[in-house]
Formats: sequence, structure tokens, C-alpha cells
Amino acid sequence: MVLYSLTFYLFSSIAVLSALMVISAKNPVHSVLFLILSFVNASGLFVLLGAEFLAMILVVVYVGAVAVLFLFVVMMLDINFVKLREGFLQYLPFGALLGIVLVIELGILFLTDRSSNIYNNQTPLQPINNELENTKMIGQILYTEYFYLFQICGIILLVAMIGSITLTLRDKGGVKRQNINSQNTVDASIAIEKKKVKLGEGI
Amino acid sequence: MITLEHYLFLGAIIFTLGVLGIFLNNKNLIIILMSIELILLSVNINFIAFSAYINDISGQIFAMLTLTVAAAEAAIGLAILVVFFRNLGSIEVNKINQLKG
Repeated sequence: MVLYSLTFYLFSSIAVLSALMVISAKNPVHSVLFLILSFVNASGLFVLLGAEFLAMILVVVYVGAVAVLFLFVVMMLDINFVKLREGFLQYLPFGALLGIVLVIELGILFLTDRSSNIYNNQTPLQPINNELENTKMIGQILYTEYFYLFQICGIILLVAMIGSITLTLRDKGGVKRQNINSQNTVDASIAIEKKKVKLGEGI
Repeated sequence: MITLEHYLFLGAIIFTLGVLGIFLNNKNLIIILMSIELILLSVNINFIAFSAYINDISGQIFAMLTLTVAAAEAAIGLAILVVFFRNLGSIEVNKINQLKG
């Protein structure tokens, strides 16, 4: 139990600190790297909660795809980041005040929940008690009860894919392309030209 | 002893940091997108903590849905960012009203 608590505090403190660095780092490349650190620590917390499948999905999809996409865009675009940080210090005191108020309010909300005795929050949080492993449990419910949700997920990803391709596709002039329609509709009257060639002369 | 509240506090702190990131870096579109990712991560932490708390796997399914939406959102957002940069040569948010049509 002590080891569980220590692991929780380790992962959560690193996750919070790296989230803080994401929003305060001067260089956006560092921001992306801290975002990756934050996600890896969050996936460690998911393992503590018994959600191994989601933890692995988080590492593979987020760190492997989304964060690398961010890194790619940050490095590809040549941006003057110093100019973009104008106003950071100007808004910092007000922003910090806002953040502290928000955290305290959310904390009060949870503490009131404890005193209302509707839920017994004082039990330690355990992974889901089942003889099946996590992935099997998810599979059994995802393809039966939540099948439409699963299909809608696919549609969302398809729309996102088509959307981002059409947004970034650029039609440069001067590129020769194959026109399959005109190739297929060609016939002898267009393609072949008959000429009479006299003997001993060229065309 | 780690209870549900610990995870809820963690989610609240990460959510607040995400909101603050949008507020403070109000010019840099890339940091704003990363802050949205942080907010969605805090949502995921809450989903999975409650899933363990009520001993039901459904919360993890919804966390997966959140992950899908977040990935789609990141892809579309970065595509818009690239088009924006190509047209204006900068990613300042207060120039975004020049994107007409």
C-alpha cells in the first residue's frame, strides 16, 4: 500500500510539473517534449488504476503519433517564437490568481462530497475486480454494448483524415499529371493520323 | 492510502494548467493546441478513476472515445495551423480574423 502511494505521488507530481513546463517553456520543442513526459506519467497512473490497455494506447497513440505530429509541425514551420511570447508576463499574475481560485473551488467541491456521505470515498481505489484481464473486458463490451460508439469513432477518424488532407493539399501549377479519363476515351480517329508519303521524300 | 479524491485533485490541477496555458499563451496557436490535449488528458484521468471507483469497465470505453476525438482534433487543428501559416507567415491567434472563406 505504501509502495502504491509512493508510486502515485511520483507519477502524479512529475505529470503536474511537466504540464506546468508545457505551458511555461520558452521553446515550443521543449513544450512538446514535456507534453510527452506528461502523457507517459499519466499512462503510468492508468496502469496503477488497472487500465493497462488504455495506458498502452496512450503511449502508442499519443506519444507515438500525436506528440510526434506536434513536434513535426513545430520543427517544420519557421516561426519567430519570441514575438509570440509577448503578453505572457502581462497576464501571468491574473492567470495565476484565476488558476488558484479554480483549483481551490474544485477542491472544495470534492471535500463537500466527502462530508455529504453519499459516497464512501474513504476506500482505497482498487483496479476493477474481475477474473478477466483488462483488454478482454474492454473487448467483450466494446464490440457488443458500445458497438455503435465504436463505429462512430471510425467515422470521426475518417472525417478528420479527409479534412486534414483536403486542408493541406496544395495544387501546384506546372506539374504534369496523367489524365486517365482522356487516356481511356482515346480511339483510332484521335490517336492515329494517316499521311500519304511519296516515294523518296519525307514528311 | 490513495482514494478517488487524489485522482480527482490530480485531474483538477492538470485541467487548470491546461486552461491557464490557453489564457497565458494567447498568441501561440501550437501551445494552445497542446493545452487542449492537457485538458483532455485530465478528462481521461477522471474517467478512469471513476471507472475503478464504481468497478465498471464502461468508463474506460468512454476514455477511449475521448482519445479518438483528441487525436482527430489534433490532426485537424495542426492542418489548419499549417494552412494558416502558409497564408499569413505567422501563427498569431489575433491575426486569425483574416481567414475569410
